[in-house]
Amino acid sequence: MAFYRPARWQNAAVIVSLAMLIALPELLTALDQSYYTGFATRVLIFALAASSLNLVLGFGGMVSLGHAAFFGVGAYVAAICYDAGIHEGLLVLPLAALFAGLFALLVGAISLRTRGVYFIMITLAFAQMTYYLFVSARAWGGDDGMPIYERMRFAGFSLLADEALYYLALGVLALCMLLFARLAGARFGRTVQAIRDNETRMEALGYPVFRYRLVCFALGGAVAGLAGALLANLTGMASPNLLQWTQSGTLLVMVIVGGVGYLWGGLVGAVVLLLLEEFLLAWFEHWHIVLGLLLIGIVLFAPRGVAALFGKRHG
Amino acid sequence: MADALLEVRALSRRFAAVDALQDVNFSVAAGEVHALIGPNGAGKTTFIHHVSGALRPDSGSIHFAGREVTHLSMHERVRAGMARSYQITNVFAGQTALDNVALAVQGRPDAGSSFRFWRPVVAERRLFDEARAFLEQVGLDDQAGQLAGQLSHGEQRALELAMALATQPQLLLLDEPMAGTGPEESARMVELIEHLARHVTILLVEHDMDAVFRLADRISVLVNGRLICTGLPDEVRQDAEVRRAYLGDHL
Amino acid sequence: MTQLVLEQALNGLQFGLMLFLLAAGLTLVFGIMDCINLAHGSLYMVGAYFVAAAAQAADSFWLGLGAGIAGTAVLGLLLELSLFRQLYRRDHLSQVLATFALILIANESVRLIWGPAPLLLNPPAALSGPVEIAGFFYPAYRLVIIGVGLVVAALLYLLVAKSRVGMWVRAGASNREMTEALGINVRGLFTAVFVFGAALCALAGGLLGPLLAVQVGMGESVLILAFVVIIIGGIGSIRGALVGALIVGTVDTLGRALLPTLLRATLPADAAATLGPALASILIYLLMAAILFFKPQGLFPARA
Repeated sequence: MAFYRPARWQNAAVIVSLAMLIALPELLTALDQSYYTGFATRVLIFALAASSLNLVLGFGGMVSLGHAAFFGVGAYVAAICYDAGIHEGLLVLPLAALFAGLFALLVGAISLRTRGVYFIMITLAFAQMTYYLFVSARAWGGDDGMPIYERMRFAGFSLLADEALYYLALGVLALCMLLFARLAGARFGRTVQAIRDNETRMEALGYPVFRYRLVCFALGGAVAGLAGALLANLTGMASPNLLQWTQSGTLLVMVIVGGVGYLWGGLVGAVVLLLLEEFLLAWFEHWHIVLGLLLIGIVLFAPRGVAALFGKRHG
Repeated sequence: MADALLEVRALSRRFAAVDALQDVNFSVAAGEVHALIGPNGAGKTTFIHHVSGALRPDSGSIHFAGREVTHLSMHERVRAGMARSYQITNVFAGQTALDNVALAVQGRPDAGSSFRFWRPVVAERRLFDEARAFLEQVGLDDQAGQLAGQLSHGEQRALELAMALATQPQLLLLDEPMAGTGPEESARMVELIEHLARHVTILLVEHDMDAVFRLADRISVLVNGRLICTGLPDEVRQDAEVRRAYLGDHL
Repeated sequence: MTQLVLEQALNGLQFGLMLFLLAAGLTLVFGIMDCINLAHGSLYMVGAYFVAAAAQAADSFWLGLGAGIAGTAVLGLLLELSLFRQLYRRDHLSQVLATFALILIANESVRLIWGPAPLLLNPPAALSGPVEIAGFFYPAYRLVIIGVGLVVAALLYLLVAKSRVGMWVRAGASNREMTEALGINVRGLFTAVFVFGAALCALAGGLLGPLLAVQVGMGESVLILAFVVIIIGGIGSIRGALVGALIVGTVDTLGRALLPTLLRATLPADAAATLGPALASILIYLLMAAILFFKPQGLFPARA
């Protein structure tokens, strides 16, 4: 595959989308649908989590089924911070990213010594291990999860209003996407994509492949932690269900549907999937059957995902 | 004899029940072109894999530029000054020729770390200027913007060479650089290697006997994992055991 | 105390043997077809459901077991022919996505057909009582499971190590291209392996049904354990699957039973209460990580 290069109309599209997203809460209130602000925030948060997985999977070429572990760790860090009396987002968010990133560093250090099918299964196993750890930890709520009774503040601003949290999530997402975009075109992005395409060759050119993969894996984990902390504040709790490997699977599906290795793949996938879920679930209780068939259809007939259908691939 | 740049002592390796390499003692002097020849399946590529670090021996040691490198990983050996080209073309087919070589330049220790997350690579003129220079050296400067996967076979072999050169090695391991190339491309490759030999020590694995006898300062012969002869080209040509073991007509 | 340990050891053996049934099919699919199948746990779940439904309809456990296994084998055949054949040549990511989709479909379909409440599956009446061994009482049914597990393990060993088909299977696990080049009907072999794996899943599901609940999502937790077994044992190796399964089964069961008591004896009550269950549940994962550290390919890797 070629190095990711942005479409010529990317900057225009980004500005337009950003403008629309900034205006969204106002629009929803005007339509008397302000309930959906919470849903929109959820979409933004999952877009962030999926994009972090896209870094690891799409750019780094590592098929990790354990990404939810870092997502969940971030949520728990937020809850533990609340419990410990830390209510300032400027502290909570970096802490979440830090702990999730360190955990990812540890998991990656062990898992990245393996390849292929082994790697997939090991990341899966570690995620499940993390799940059991949190479920059996009585001090952190065990099965029921850990509540956050009051949302954190951010730089002194209250986040109690749905719109406030929405704008914070939007800000964090925008910042991270900017970082990802720069990263993709920088030396690190190029190196990591080249390793994805031909690991032996890179090794033969003198690159310490393991180190680059590990850093990529840890970075993805850190950003997932960020998303987790935001989600915990949105839902008011850190639930162990966030750590289940089926959650990893959902994130993976988002990335694949959106387009693996395309900058906006995670985002597009999250939007598509969450919108489908919200509106189809109302019609058909067992809509997961439809989703499953759709996914199989994608695997068999449109393997490059939705973003690719819009021709964003460049040589 | 000049100082040995590469020294291999008592290298042995078994695969299941097969002795792929048996007690190989071998050296390459600094500045020479040393060819390794032998019938198919003799273990030549396996040997290169061991020297470059893709495989680890069961016993024996490898020394490069005075240090023991037997336990160093491949990328560490590359950083120490060893580069290789592959028998089966192993370039980044989806990237341009220029990007391929630029990757090689970027990976050098003197090019700085690649743990950089902000500045776009395309802004680094120096990387691409150097890459272009290497492409010129192998005669591919016109194809710089072409996708590597769309180059002709001979051009891809040349690109392999350019990438190996871009790491500025002291020792170049060339694994059948002329594999599958036609007579015209072969001739160009031979000229190129001759030119390169002035600056780099070369260990050349090849089947093309004309090229070997034209380029090599010394020749070693590997048969069934054993080194049966090492010496000047004429000595090797006359050696009875070599004639017996190898297809004598070519010599 | 020794009675407790003995009882838990037997439980561990029983659990381990059932894990082996699952892991055996899975490791062969990975090893020979290089196909990652996340839906293996779903075959286990569907198998359990088929057995439970058939047992209720026929009012007989054994008939239900037989019918359930047959039904799951047929389902496995249909899946292999329609979907998995296409997946073999695809990359791992596509396989993950497609089999994950299967899990979604399976869970939701089961919920659609049988509803969200667990299905009842009773062990055969004759076996529902305890049996006396070495001075204590142990459920007869669990002993039978151990018996069946050992018999299947022995049969599998004979099949893989001694028969011609087994030789093909082992050849395929260590070098697929060579096996094809030797003219073996590889497609047929793949189908047979897959269907056989599905049947083993159903056997395990049906046997464990009376002990665990037959409910939606029962396959997922067991699937991960099967993965851990294979990671420890080595991909493609039946022997590895057996050793790995016994290790995982006994360590997990004994760990959960004994670790909290052990910790309470050595640590202050507070610490033991929190640490005990947490450590017990992640014990096998720690073990897996430890084994991986020294042998990333597992204990008995089939591939060179």
